[in-house]
Amino acid sequence: MSHATKAAEFNKNEAKVNWHDKALWYVREKRDKSAHNVQGWEYLRQLGSKIKANVLSNLDEYLIQFEANAKKNGIHVHWASDAEEHNNIVNDILSKHNAKKVVKSKSMLTEECHLNPFLESRGIEVVDTDLGERIVQLAQEPPSHIVLPAIHKTKEDVDELFQEHLGTTPSQGNPEYLVGEARKHLRDKFLNADVAITGVNFAVADTGGVVVCTNEGNADMGVHLAKAHIACMGIEKIIPKEKHLGVFLRLLARSATGQPITTYSSHFNKPEDGKEMHIVIVDNGRTEQLSREDFRASLHCIRCGACMNTCPIYRRSGGHSYDYTIPGPIGSILSPGKDLKKHSSLPFASTLCGSCSNVCPVKINIHEQLYKWRQVIVKEQKQPMVKKSILKTAGVVLSKPGLYRIAGKTARFMLKNAPKFMIYNKLNAWGKARDLPEVKGQNFDDWYKKRQKNG
Amino acid sequence: MQKKKIKVGLFIPCYINQLYPQVGIATLELLEKLDVDVDYPQRQTCCGQPLGNSGYEEDSKGICNLFVENFKEYDFIVGPSGSCIYHIKHHFDILEQTPEVKRVRNNAFELCEFIVKILGKTDLGASFPHKVGLHKSCHGLRGLKLGSCSEVQGEHYSTEEDLLNQVRGLELMSLNRKDECCGFGGTFAVFEEAISSKMGKDRVQDHLSSDVEVLTGADHSCLMHLEGIINRNKQPIKVMHIAEILNSSL
Repeated sequence: MSHATKAAEFNKNEAKVNWHDKALWYVREKRDKSAHNVQGWEYLRQLGSKIKANVLSNLDEYLIQFEANAKKNGIHVHWASDAEEHNNIVNDILSKHNAKKVVKSKSMLTEECHLNPFLESRGIEVVDTDLGERIVQLAQEPPSHIVLPAIHKTKEDVDELFQEHLGTTPSQGNPEYLVGEARKHLRDKFLNADVAITGVNFAVADTGGVVVCTNEGNADMGVHLAKAHIACMGIEKIIPKEKHLGVFLRLLARSATGQPITTYSSHFNKPEDGKEMHIVIVDNGRTEQLSREDFRASLHCIRCGACMNTCPIYRRSGGHSYDYTIPGPIGSILSPGKDLKKHSSLPFASTLCGSCSNVCPVKINIHEQLYKWRQVIVKEQKQPMVKKSILKTAGVVLSKPGLYRIAGKTARFMLKNAPKFMIYNKLNAWGKARDLPEVKGQNFDDWYKKRQKNG
Repeated sequence: MQKKKIKVGLFIPCYINQLYPQVGIATLELLEKLDVDVDYPQRQTCCGQPLGNSGYEEDSKGICNLFVENFKEYDFIVGPSGSCIYHIKHHFDILEQTPEVKRVRNNAFELCEFIVKILGKTDLGASFPHKVGLHKSCHGLRGLKLGSCSEVQGEHYSTEEDLLNQVRGLELMSLNRKDECCGFGGTFAVFEEAISSKMGKDRVQDHLSSDVEVLTGADHSCLMHLEGIINRNKQPIKVMHIAEILNSSL
């Protein structure tokens, strides 16, 4: 189903759209305030962008350096070329530990690889411990936002969900009560987990350690209580040196939620005594994206979600309308690289307003890449006949001044004289909520000619 | 000896030519008042933007070449539409970069920017005693950098505000969301009808809540979309292109 169809569905409940839009706009404004209070913010973005460009140009070397340093610290390092291999590696580690219960902190990569259903089908309980992620997990839905996974749910929705799954009493969506109950529920899962899985925000090549940013401390809690830690990362998560965290940690939380820094920036550099630590490094299409010159910079992404919060389309269509692990503007430039046919409507789910590129902490030219994907899609995917013929015809007519004059006159004549039912009908998407322009007696050409004649 | 006047090729985008002649007329009259030598090349059609934005850039080369052919002789090319000018400057990279193509891309200016930056004028002697709301079109704002953007750190500036602030009697109203997209987006308006209309509706509401009587902007495609919503819902706001206001002497 196309983005437009799903977005139209989401728009049937206008009150909910307004609420969703306002909630995310609030985050966007918080981001502005917090970012603009940092002296040299735009320079910091430039720096972040350049470090990431350097990483992508030297990825092979940094990855090998990272692996060597991680191994020196006693970490097991695994390489996975795709989602299947990643899932199998994780499953093998779990089998070795005879693990049946897993706690997982936020990881978009494991979402991308559909790790949860893979493990669940093998009898393993996987509990997402980030509160928002736990909410969508209970609802059996994918996250609708990468930082605020349950932003499409109201507190009343969560109340009902918890009554059903956690046996809570109705509280009319009392957040304090609901969070307290979630805490009790998750505490039990943490205490009984065999293995903890985390994502990775930054993998530091010169130390071999990884950094995970959370607001709830759930990554630490999981790792410290379980006997083994598996950290899963995409190959692009590398940064060259530990000191570069000074750039990225400042950019990440401000861009994401307007906080100066996430509550927890957890550094995992080696396993605890008597425990195991594994890192799974995953490609899953990233190398291919790296090979596409026009779209390479999409791999700069540090997953802050700022482009979603600022996107006027995302705010009014909800994350699920994108039907991809990473929704919003950044998802719309990453997804066509994964499956051009399935995601071919996403680069068109934009007015190319450019706000996404302006907020991006690592300066990805998102709106320009959306424009470029459109050109690729029209060339490589079958296009709807009507759209295709209108635009191809326009290409010819508008390149011939004579034809254009005739077409202009005809269109204006039709708009002015055709009966209303011919103009405002189901085929006219413009006219559903908007009037068409009123046609004046003459066009500018006619007026200009007359004026010239009358001198 | 008399100073040679700047020679301007007037670019009237296709939809303005056909549907909003009054905007073209105001633009021409305004430029003439400003003492430049204005010419309207009559074989002009369009900049190719509707095709490019829809993914049909390849099919627009004929249009782009015709544009260059029509406008290559002028000192400046001036049009009352930020998004069309943006398209010429940024997307004519699909043509072979001959000296003519480069010249046309460099010399194309949105009307307000031309008046403020090139002619160095802000007070055009206009008078318009109304409460006005300014819609900053995204291609003008974020593309051509006609003003500062709310997302970007830095000093506030705005080419359109510089001009409107000099108009006698005009009261520029402050909006809740200063530079959010209106949702037009070319074919987006039709293929993503639900979101496009909702975005437009929300923009109009912001102007209504800010007591705006006249909604204006430097890109009439946004205004066409917003006016369509206003007229459908019979809302008490008049829509005018900024050239019409700057050309007023009410």
